[in-house]
Amino acid sequence: MALRGNLRDFTVTQLLNLINLAHKTGSLVIEGPNETARIAFRDGKLSYAQIGQEDNHLATILHRSNHLTSGQLRAIQLRAAHVSDKELGLMLINVGYITQDVILNALQSYFMDVVRRLFTWVEGVFRFENDMLPPEDRIAVRLDLENLIIEGARQLREWEQLQDEIPSLDMALKFIERPGTSMQKMNLSVEEWRVVSYINPRNTIQQIAAAAKMSDLEIRRIVYGLLQAGLVEVIRHESMAAAAEQARPQLTVKVREEQKSLVNRLITRIRSI
Amino acid sequence: MQTVKMVVTGPFSAGKTQFIRSVSEIDVVATERKISSAGERAIKQQTTVAMDFGRITVDEDLVLYLFGTPGQKRFDFMWEILSEGMLGFIVMIDSTRPETFREARSILETFHAYAPTPYVVAANKQDASDAWELDDMRHALRLSPQVKLLPCVATQKTTVKNVLLELLYSILAEMEGGPK
Repeated sequence: MALRGNLRDFTVTQLLNLINLAHKTGSLVIEGPNETARIAFRDGKLSYAQIGQEDNHLATILHRSNHLTSGQLRAIQLRAAHVSDKELGLMLINVGYITQDVILNALQSYFMDVVRRLFTWVEGVFRFENDMLPPEDRIAVRLDLENLIIEGARQLREWEQLQDEIPSLDMALKFIERPGTSMQKMNLSVEEWRVVSYINPRNTIQQIAAAAKMSDLEIRRIVYGLLQAGLVEVIRHESMAAAAEQARPQLTVKVREEQKSLVNRLITRIRSI
Repeated sequence: MQTVKMVVTGPFSAGKTQFIRSVSEIDVVATERKISSAGERAIKQQTTVAMDFGRITVDEDLVLYLFGTPGQKRFDFMWEILSEGMLGFIVMIDSTRPETFREARSILETFHAYAPTPYVVAANKQDASDAWELDDMRHALRLSPQVKLLPCVATQKTTVKNVLLELLYSILAEMEGGPK
């Protein structure tokens, strides 16, 4: 029977578990709302993963993991574009630039990261293609799935909990102000600072996520942290502003006169302090 | 609702926190820490950064956020975030500590290269008896004549307002066709 269905009925974690237990060989193809992912397995072990049109050539992966500089990546892309990943890997090993272990670790890390991203996919259809193997010109790895499955299950529980805490991203956020108190300390992560800079009652959480380029899971996680810390509260969004606003709440003024008007408003306000 | 940003940077203990506190409508400020661990960029996703943060609501459609960021190069990854939509920045310098002038110069050059937006330099603690004169500071910092070097006492709202206004005037001038 063909292994195919909908992610509403089977989570990615459950699919990985099935593939692991059944020692399947082939590729799991998942068509999400925006892109398609492909994960290849051999005897139930992860061998390759690709998401959308993302560049997953060996050189790019080594660059991302800081084993190749930008200059080296460009040189390889220019002069060795026709070389397969296997050939490139052998060349780099033979000249003593890199070891086989480093290559395999970088690939494994990248493939695992792709699978982790799929844990947040809750919409889409999947099918398992028994005859679909990794592309010939790519290096396949052999990675046990157990740890990824545990991680996926943990993330799923977290996702469900976050959805309970923050059921709607159409709400807005407001800083909690406590008159009479002195300073609070704000020691936040880089991503939390990014979110904080967009907080005001006219921006929905969804708009903030779009502007900060965050997924639903990421923005919920950060907002949950800010809520727990007592820094912000969730409020009803003012729909008039929402209807008029673009997805990016940040200033994107294009017209020079608008820009000048904005600066003049700032000047007036500062003078009044 | 539009949000705009200005950043206040400068050497450690130049007065950034006090500057933002003087005009911010919310008392949400952090104290800068000296973070000494190496390899921060490699783990920047887990790194937390303590920054000063202030807000000025202009009207129901516009909010100005003030960020006080550490000026050291190892925090330049924060600039990628802060520079989005940044109107301009202020470099704060402690007028009584000439040993920090070289660092301030380096910060200024680095940030200007990263984000070529208008900026002003605020010579803080000008009320102190051992504060350097502005002309001497300009020479020591090798500031070109076009760069505004402004007296500031971060605990005095009037001087803080003046620094912000001068930066806004510079921004406006650039919009109108070139820096003054």
